[in-house]
Amino acid sequence: MNMKVEQQYITLFKESRDLLDNNSAPVMNKYRQEAFDNFERLGFPSKKVEEYKYTPVSKYFEQEYGLNLSRLDIPSKPRDLFSCDVPGMDSIQAFLVNDLFHQEAVKGLPKGVLLGSLKELAETHPELVEKYYAKIANHSKDAIVSFNTAFAQDGLLLYVPKNTIIEQPIQLINLLRSDVDLMSNRRILIVLEEGAQAKVLICNHTIDQVNFIQTGVTEVFVGANAQLDFYELEETHTQTVRFNNLTVHQQADSNVLLNNMTLHNGVTRNSTEVVLKGKGAHIDCHGMAVEDQNQHVDNTTLIDHTVAHCTSNELFKYVLDDHSVGAFTGMILVRPDAQQTNSQQTNRALCVTRDAKMYARPQLEIYADDVRCGHGATVGQLDETALFYMQARGISEREARLLLMFAFVNEVIDTISIDALKERLHTLVEQRFRGEVQKCSECSICK
Amino acid sequence: MEEANKYVKQLTQEKYKYGFTTDIHTEVIEKGLNEDVVRLISEKKEEPEWMLEFRLKAFRHWLTLEMPTWPHLRIPEIDYQAISYYADPTKKKDGPKSLDEVDPELIKTFDKLGIPLQERLALSGIAVDAVMDSVSVKTTFKESLREKGIIFCSFSEAVREHPELVRKYMGSVVGYRDNFYAALNSAVFSDGSFVYIPKGVRCPMELSTYFRINAINTGQFERTLIVAEDDSYVSYLEGCTAPQRDENQLHAAIVEIIVNDRAEVKYSTVQNWYPGDANGKGGVYNFVTKRGICKGESSKLSWTQVETGSAITWKYPSCILSGDNSTAEFYSVAVTNNYQQADTGTKMIHLGKNTSSTIISKGISAGFSQNSYRGLVKVAEKAENARNYSECDSLLLGDKCGAHTFPYIDIHNNTAVVEHEATTSKINEDQIFYCNQRGISTEDAIGLIVNGYAKDVINKLPMEFAVEAQKLLSISLEGSVG
Repeated sequence: MNMKVEQQYITLFKESRDLLDNNSAPVMNKYRQEAFDNFERLGFPSKKVEEYKYTPVSKYFEQEYGLNLSRLDIPSKPRDLFSCDVPGMDSIQAFLVNDLFHQEAVKGLPKGVLLGSLKELAETHPELVEKYYAKIANHSKDAIVSFNTAFAQDGLLLYVPKNTIIEQPIQLINLLRSDVDLMSNRRILIVLEEGAQAKVLICNHTIDQVNFIQTGVTEVFVGANAQLDFYELEETHTQTVRFNNLTVHQQADSNVLLNNMTLHNGVTRNSTEVVLKGKGAHIDCHGMAVEDQNQHVDNTTLIDHTVAHCTSNELFKYVLDDHSVGAFTGMILVRPDAQQTNSQQTNRALCVTRDAKMYARPQLEIYADDVRCGHGATVGQLDETALFYMQARGISEREARLLLMFAFVNEVIDTISIDALKERLHTLVEQRFRGEVQKCSECSICK
Repeated sequence: MEEANKYVKQLTQEKYKYGFTTDIHTEVIEKGLNEDVVRLISEKKEEPEWMLEFRLKAFRHWLTLEMPTWPHLRIPEIDYQAISYYADPTKKKDGPKSLDEVDPELIKTFDKLGIPLQERLALSGIAVDAVMDSVSVKTTFKESLREKGIIFCSFSEAVREHPELVRKYMGSVVGYRDNFYAALNSAVFSDGSFVYIPKGVRCPMELSTYFRINAINTGQFERTLIVAEDDSYVSYLEGCTAPQRDENQLHAAIVEIIVNDRAEVKYSTVQNWYPGDANGKGGVYNFVTKRGICKGESSKLSWTQVETGSAITWKYPSCILSGDNSTAEFYSVAVTNNYQQADTGTKMIHLGKNTSSTIISKGISAGFSQNSYRGLVKVAEKAENARNYSECDSLLLGDKCGAHTFPYIDIHNNTAVVEHEATTSKINEDQIFYCNQRGISTEDAIGLIVNGYAKDVINKLPMEFAVEAQKLLSISLEGSVG
């Protein structure tokens, strides 16, 4: 294997091992060496690795990036920088600057709920972090996960105790902020105990016009009867590269809604793995991407039905303009004992220009017979008859096209359970399609 | 479903009907593969220099390759040096000129298989090029085809008689660099069929080849080349069987089809190689590269396959739609039972303008088998207005088997309209109940439902084959299917 690109990181790891360890928590250091060995063995996945067929990885790591290994606090006041909040959404806000939890008292959390820096909470609640950290994101198989596990020093922990319901949505705003080209390795751990309920929205934004690369590993544990709505919204600039891995484990009768929306980005690969481990668990895994210029969005999902009586539902939509590239891989795996599984997957893509490319790979792997599984994938253009119908009724062609495009992506937006967020996205998407720069009156990014 | 389970159990005990060996003299060369073997095969077949060159180039390339591991199959390691690469069942030096000269044992074999080799079957209107092991035994109806200018002969004969055509087209669709097995086949292929339909000729009868692996430890490496000139039409049938043996037999064939302007080629396969016994012992490894090119404008290529045999089936009959307005179709029924494995599907590569393709794939898995559909629909940058419709359904008859779907959709042109649908389920209990209510036994009901399920594909087969295919479906699933 040509390890040229990997070499600079191998050297970096060996040289700055102490720096990494000293600025992190013992729980995180525990897995560092093992993960690093795995990374050294795996290397960055090439196009020959089936899961990464459509997104070349090593080319994005070639460039030199700065890493904030000594955990210097990058001077920023996120609240001043960023106030593009969702109007009308009464939320609990917290900020992440790059991969660092922004120290600021989070208000409005019910008793017993923990939300804060992973590193610090690992010191105050070692047994908790010990129990969950690096337990489900497999760093022996996926090179990005092993890379992240080797380099991650801090991150965020959300812990919701048994039967606790957080009414307000928690909004985590992840700002990428740096004066030089920067790499960050974000780590998020979410634990919902039995019967707990929470809604989490992560907004990804870039502040500075430098090159960013971010690897992300998010581990989510959802206990029996628990309910989690998890949204991730990306509005970064075109020089941003993100490799994001999300792993969710669901216990019996839990209910999870995932929604991954990419409105503006550079290169993004979202890998989502959901393991249904208890009977009666249900997952809605949705996503959409609105792309233009040279944007690249690759969504890879795996829904793993390990036990009987679980249901899953997937819906992914893409609108591809200019030279953008969309990729979707959706695997539904039904294990031998997972009888009575009901699983549906839909992937639709709209290619607006002739240079846009779409790759779709809907896959089924089924080892149980009493199941109902299906997938559908389409790539195409807007319906000519529908366009004609509207034009015949006096709607201009441009307006008719826009209307049909809204309708196309609204199917994904409408699955959002937070009304204010839904409204906000309707507006954002509309602006996006109309080619208007997204501007809000207050915040400095938009000015 | 208790009753249904019983039938499924029964079907796993169903024996292979075609399992017999013919005791005739076979000339087999030493096991193993090296340049000398390649030269020896070429020499035995009295091939010209350019053919030997082609083989050697392919062989040298093959040496650089490794067996691919990406399919969803468990393939035990194959020792390529333990296989004999050439078996010639016609011991006489000169090929038989009439039926009387053909070994009577051989004719009996074909009789058992029910191939219309003899002239009396002229009425059935099928011309057969029977390939037993490696040498084409006899080609019927050649005379009447010759009148129309159609060439239908064994591949080695074509090399001798029509070298210019063979040189022009061989390897033009499946090059020897294409894949591991294509390289192997190009190096050691023994025989096969060659079809040439001249301009404007509609082939008056269905052309048919029957392949059968007979000798122990021989791989069958045949090569089929079909060329349809402008405005011509041909329907080609291929049937395969192999005798029952404990060892696994390797079959790695190449089929190349060239379809010119406004021509149409229909290629149908009923594959019934020995699938191994109920414990998964023995059986044929069927690793085939099949590809056709719709070269001319408004040309049409249609693949239909009924796959019921082989321990492992690994093939993707594909179409390159390079001519404008060309059409391609793929209809497949794949049945796996016991410990059979199948990874099959198609590739539709749209290059020309206004091209369209249809994929209908029906998988049926029973016993402990694994059945996968893998397909690619690719629309290149310049393929304006491409259209594809894919439908791949899987039916599961048992809780120990697997059904998988791995479609790839690569779209590089926005005028394309591509649809893919897939479902996996077991037989609907309501449907069985409905039939039971009307006095139809569970076994018959399953039979009805499975036949209805596969009907879309069976209907695409030529008449004679449709009957055989339906019988094969029943044999493969006997016990569970009426």
